Order: sequence, then C-alpha cells, then structure tokens
Amino acid sequence: MEVFDLLGVGFAVALTPQNLGLAVAGCILGTMIGALPGLGPSNGVAILIPLAFSLGLDATAALVLMTSVYYGAMYGGRISSILLNIPGDEPALMTTLDGYPMAKQGRAADALVLSGVASFVGAMIATLGLILLAPLLSKIAYLFGPAEYFALYLLAFCTLGGVASNNQAKAAIAAAIGLGLAMIGLDGNTGMSRLTFGSLHLLEGIDFLVAIVGLFAVTEVFVFIESQGRDSAVGVKLGKITIPYRDIIATRWTMVRGTAIGFVAGVLPGAGASLGSFLAYTAEKRIAKDPESFGKGDPRGVVAPEAGNNAAAGGALIPMLTLGVPGSGTTAVLLALLMTLNITPGPTLFTDRPDVVWGLIAALLIANVVLLILNVPMVRFFVKILSVPPQILLPAVTMISFVGIYSLSGSSFDLMMMIAFGTFGYALRKLDVPTVPIILGILLGNHMEDNLRRAMVISGGDWKILFSSGLSIGLWVAAIGGFVAPLFLRKLMNKPQRITD
Amino acid sequence: MFRKTFIAAATAAVVAAGSVSISFAAECIAPANPGGGWDFTCRSISKIMYDIKVIDKPMQVTNMAGGGGGLAYSHVVNKRNTDADLIVAASSATATRLAQNAYAGMTYDQVRFLGSIGGDYGVIVVAKDSPFQNLNDLVNAVKADSSKITFAGGSAAGGFDHLKVLMTLKKAGFDAVTKVKYIGVDGGGDAITQMIGGHVQAMTGDISEVVGFIKNGDVRVLAIFAEERLPGEFNAIPTAKEQGLDVVALNWRGLYVPKGISEDDYKKWSMALDTVGKSDEWKASMAANGLMPFHKVGDDFQNYVGGLMKEIADLSREIGVIK
Repeated sequence: MEVFDLLGVGFAVALTPQNLGLAVAGCILGTMIGALPGLGPSNGVAILIPLAFSLGLDATAALVLMTSVYYGAMYGGRISSILLNIPGDEPALMTTLDGYPMAKQGRAADALVLSGVASFVGAMIATLGLILLAPLLSKIAYLFGPAEYFALYLLAFCTLGGVASNNQAKAAIAAAIGLGLAMIGLDGNTGMSRLTFGSLHLLEGIDFLVAIVGLFAVTEVFVFIESQGRDSAVGVKLGKITIPYRDIIATRWTMVRGTAIGFVAGVLPGAGASLGSFLAYTAEKRIAKDPESFGKGDPRGVVAPEAGNNAAAGGALIPMLTLGVPGSGTTAVLLALLMTLNITPGPTLFTDRPDVVWGLIAALLIANVVLLILNVPMVRFFVKILSVPPQILLPAVTMISFVGIYSLSGSSFDLMMMIAFGTFGYALRKLDVPTVPIILGILLGNHMEDNLRRAMVISGGDWKILFSSGLSIGLWVAAIGGFVAPLFLRKLMNKPQRITD
Repeated sequence: MFRKTFIAAATAAVVAAGSVSISFAAECIAPANPGGGWDFTCRSISKIMYDIKVIDKPMQVTNMAGGGGGLAYSHVVNKRNTDADLIVAASSATATRLAQNAYAGMTYDQVRFLGSIGGDYGVIVVAKDSPFQNLNDLVNAVKADSSKITFAGGSAAGGFDHLKVLMTLKKAGFDAVTKVKYIGVDGGGDAITQMIGGHVQAMTGDISEVVGFIKNGDVRVLAIFAEERLPGEFNAIPTAKEQGLDVVALNWRGLYVPKGISEDDYKKWSMALDTVGKSDEWKASMAANGLMPFHKVGDDFQNYVGGLMKEIADLSREIGVIK
C-alpha cells in the first residue's frame, strides 16, 4: 500500500539517532512544560523555537523536536490536574474534576496511569486518523460556517450545567462570568474596542492562561496561607504504581468515544483541544447510567477528557497541514515554525513535501510510544517534581507560572491581572462557585459570539440563517436535547437534587 | 536590563533540562503571539541575519502581543527609546492602526521606520465554482445588490483586508461603503476555508495566504492589487489596474527601531536589513512564502509610511472606523 511506503520514508527520516534523541528530549521537556501550570503547550513550543534554531537543526529535526514537545505537553497537563487540582494547561482543565478526587481517595497512581493510557489511546488513534483520513477530513472544515460554529459552541454551553458542581445555578453564574470576561477586547466585527477602559493591555482580551493560573494556582496559595496548609489541595501522596487493568478494561469504550469526539473537535479550526476534552467529558456523563458519580473520582471522568484532548491534538494537525489553518493555539505556533523553515502548509503540502509530512507523522508515532513509557512506568519521575513539600512547591509553581507568562507577554499588567484573578478565585471558593465554567466561558465565549455576529452580517440580521443547514439543525437538536434531557431524566428517576459539597 | 534578566530566567527555566545555554546579541520584538506575520518577520529576518553572519550571536525573538501591536509600540516609545539592540516587526497593519489612531494617540514619527524587504500583494479570490469570472463581475454584483455578497478576510473590520475591498469599490464608483458586508475571521487561512465552504462569496487577503489553494485549483484569483503582473508562476493573475480599477495594495513586511538611537546605529541596522534583503536566503524564504520583492530601506521608507498614513486615515474616516 502506498501509505506504508510513505510511512516507511517517514520512519527512515525520523529514526536517525539524532532525531530519536530529539524525540525523547522533546517528550521529557514537553511533559514538564505541560505539568507546570502557566506553561501551556503553545508557550512551551514558542519558547523552545529559538533553541531549535540555535542548535542549527534542519527542518525535519526541528519538527520532530517541536511535535514531541507538543504531544508531551498534552500528556503532562494531567499530572498537576490530578495531583494539585491545578490544570497544567487549558486542555487539562476537565481532568481536575475527577482526577483530583481520585487522588484524594488515595488513587493518584491509578488516575495517572489510567489517564496516561487514555492519552496514548487518544493520541495513537488520532495519529492513525491523520494518516488515513487527512485529505478527506480537511473537507469537514468547509462544512462549518459561522452558523454551524455557533451551534457547536451552543452545544458546549448547553451541556455545561452540573459540570464541576451539582449546583446548576452556580455553574451557570460562573459560565456567565466567563462569558462576560470574554467580551473584553477588540470587537472583531466592528474593529472597535469594548470594555477596555482605554487600556492597550485589554485590547486583545483576557488571556486564558492568565485566568487559569490566577483562578487555580494563585487561589490555591491564598487558601493554603489561610488554612496554614490544612485545607490545601496540595500534598497528595502517591502510592505504589500498579496498572489498574480492571479500570482500563472497564473504560475501553469511554476511551474510544472520547477519542472520536476529541478528534472531530480538533479537526475543526478554532475549536481545539479544550472543546474536545470538554465535550468528551460531558458526553460521557450524559450517557452514563450513574452520572452522579462524576466529579467524585470516577475513572471515566479522567479517561474521557484525556483521550479527548490528546485526540484533538492529533486532529488539530489536519487543518494545519492541509489548509494552513491552525486548529489550536499550539498548532498556530507550529505553523509559524513551518513557515520560518520555508515550508508552507496548504493543500499541496502532502504532494510537495512528503518527506516533511511523513517524517512528522512518524515522529508523532514515535513520540507517542516514548510518552507512554515516560508517563506510565516512569511517571514517578515527574511526580517527584511536584512532590516537594507544599510550602515550597506552591510558591515555586506560582513563581514559574509568573515567569512563564511574563516571558510570553513581557508585560507586568498580566501579572497584576493574575493576582486579581487569584483574589477573585478565592472569593468564589468561599462562595462555593466553581471556577471551571469561568475558564470555559473565556475560552469558548469569544468564538461563540464572533460566529453569531458573523452569521448575522452574512444574513443581514435574519435569524433563520442559524437553522439553514442540516448540520446546524442537528447541532441545535443535540444542544437542546443536552440541556432539557437531564431535567426530565431527573424527574423520571425521582432523584433528589444534590447540594454541592 | 531587568526585563532581559527575566526573559533569560524564563528561557533558562525551560531549557535547563536540556542543559543548553543560549546567549543573545540583540532582540526582535514580534508584537503578536507566535504564528502570525510579525512573528514570521522576526523569526526569518533574525535567523537569516545570524545565518549570513550579519550578527555574530542568535537574536532573541520576543512575542509581545497586545493592542494589535500597540503594546509593543508603547513599550518601545516609552521604555526602550534609546535601545540600539532592538528591532521590531511591522507591517501595513501597523501603519493602518497608527493612521486610525488605535495606538492610544501615539504617532508614526515616534519611532524610526527602518525599512521593508518584502511585501505581500493583496488579492481578491473566489471559489472555483463561483459565477464571477473577473473583478468587474464581482464589483457589479455588489453594485447591483450589496446584501448578496459577503467578503471574508483575516483582519478585523476596518483592517487592511477590509480596506482593500472598499478602495476597489470606491474606484468603481460605489460609495455606500458602509453597506458592504465583510466578516473578519482568524486569519487568511480561515477566511479561505469559509469561502471554499460556500459560507461567503469572496475572500480578501494576501497572495501568500492563497498560494497553496491556487496550485490546488480550489480558488480563482480575480485580481491582484499590484502595479503590474507578478513574474513566474503567478503571471496569469490579472491586476486590478488592467481591469480598470487602479488599486495597489501591498502588505509590506518590515521593521522599525527606537527613535532615540544614534545615527550610526540606525545605519548599522539599515545595512544589516539591506544585506538580508539582498541575500539568497531571504529570496528563498520569500519565494517559499509567496512574498514579493519590495525593497525600501532607510529614510525613503519613513516617507513612504508617512504617505500611507494619510490615505488610510481618509478612507477610515469615511467608513466610520475613526471620527
């Protein structure tokens, strides 16, 4: 088969000792970058680009290094989610919901291994999908116009209720706060600034990394100080690492479903890994017979988002390579790297530069295997980084986050904003309002609004455009179903409304 | 110095594990997140400067996103005004925003524009199955009923991609510029995807953004906004001018430096940029990325930017982006 010949070429390129070494180094660096809050995959890759150049790497070698970092960060994000309740990067947000409760129950090792395996399954299937379906799947992006994107984001928000808290009203309030924060910045539709109060710093809106570090890491520091360490999330002990075969087998279909959802979300430009992991989680919760066990350390709640976000990472490479459209923040950085190396992604890349494409794909497959080894048998090494005493770890994590964010934006304004978010997050913690929906509001709210406004421009203000294609109608039905169904189901099952704990 | 220490610390924190140390000679600020045109300018120019040994150490690229470039601009004007080891990426978008007073009152003469060594000509493209065969077909359709045609581009409303469309329509005698439907999406690639998907009728962008799609046959370029047809593989693309609509729109990629540096330092950077612009490496990079030669370095360029300012300000006032 032609695919295998081409893949053979790819492996010939990727399997030189130098490139193999770079893949391993990239995976280790990437996992560490992912594990540290405030250093997400996109800044990690961006910071390392000058390294690739100063080492004088050629195009393929630079790509091998960077994609290993990219996949590594996707794996690494879960570690601090599970052990610290602080997402290492934005796609790992959903993993905090069940990962940390599992860790509190003394199952931290199980959660790490399980999520490592789920990451591997998600990334592996997605890479295979990239090999077999890339030219075909790139067409999916064409189906999504503003109306369809709007319906997709609406679906995400409709399934938000009850995520991260059993108190639907508080989750809704949090989501509304996030949506409100997303309004800040340049209004793409008119080019006018909104809610920026004349500040140039606010013109491009609020960076979600700033919000994540503030709401999670900085808040955690405050709680830690207040309770003098007693109530803090940090300090989960990691027991002996065994492989929880039973959980892996029990969640095998969850992995497959999470992968499928994440992959499609990744393929859509602009949706990306965060939406993938979010939809994978909520879908799994919706179809579960016992949705109330989610949020309390359900292995499925760890597996679904991890399979989802790693599959999305692979999926996001498809529009980047075939259309030159980055499917996520990190692929935008990889796109820049490619262009600096004089490789222009687009519809002709697969035929013009097969060595690059197939070398990249082979590198992804290798990186995945390396990452599985690093993240399952050797996960202890990364946990070590996070297992110093909390009174040292927390300030250190916060400091590294600060430095990471500062090195990206070079602005002290972002640091102030982070502290403001931390204070805000502390107040919310006291009021028992979940912070996960706020981040989702900031992450997805902009896209949702932009697409609604674009649809309105195209139709000249006619609402019917929102239901003008089969795809958008399908998404609307799913959104309404996702919103209404739980209300009825709850009545049918006559289950008492839970108060948040 | 404080900032530099911080950046070094941040880089070191990440790089420490790889135990590789880098030292940087000078700094190039890309006033946006990694991935866009400014980032490309910094990364390719700094890489070539080092490769051809115009500078003896690799250059640090700093991404300073914010305010559509305004944050970096204010940073340079207020804090780094005499820093001779600093260059900043700029483009037509910088000029557009300065002209539209989007940088909080700062003006273009608060820095020194160093030069441009490449440009990206504007294009208007439609999908291959579109009924519009040439620019006038499209323009006439807008004139007949502007509600039927939506343009998509990679810049926000009022940005350069939007202005190109409006300049063309004004040349054709269509003055109701506020009636023209335009959606700004996240970059040229996104705009073209929306157009091929049939969600909008035409895409406005730069030639480099559509190269792959031209080769692939998915799109038809109705016009390129250049003085004359481009050489080589793009020779078949008609200019707007030869179709009777004399619009030239070039998205130049260049640099500015702080205003307070010495004349010698300005000369030194001009020479460095000039050398890069004439190097084979840059020519290869331009060819691969669809950029066209546009070589203006030094005072000549500063005047050119000044001229652009007025033109953009007038048009922006008309469409209501500025008062």
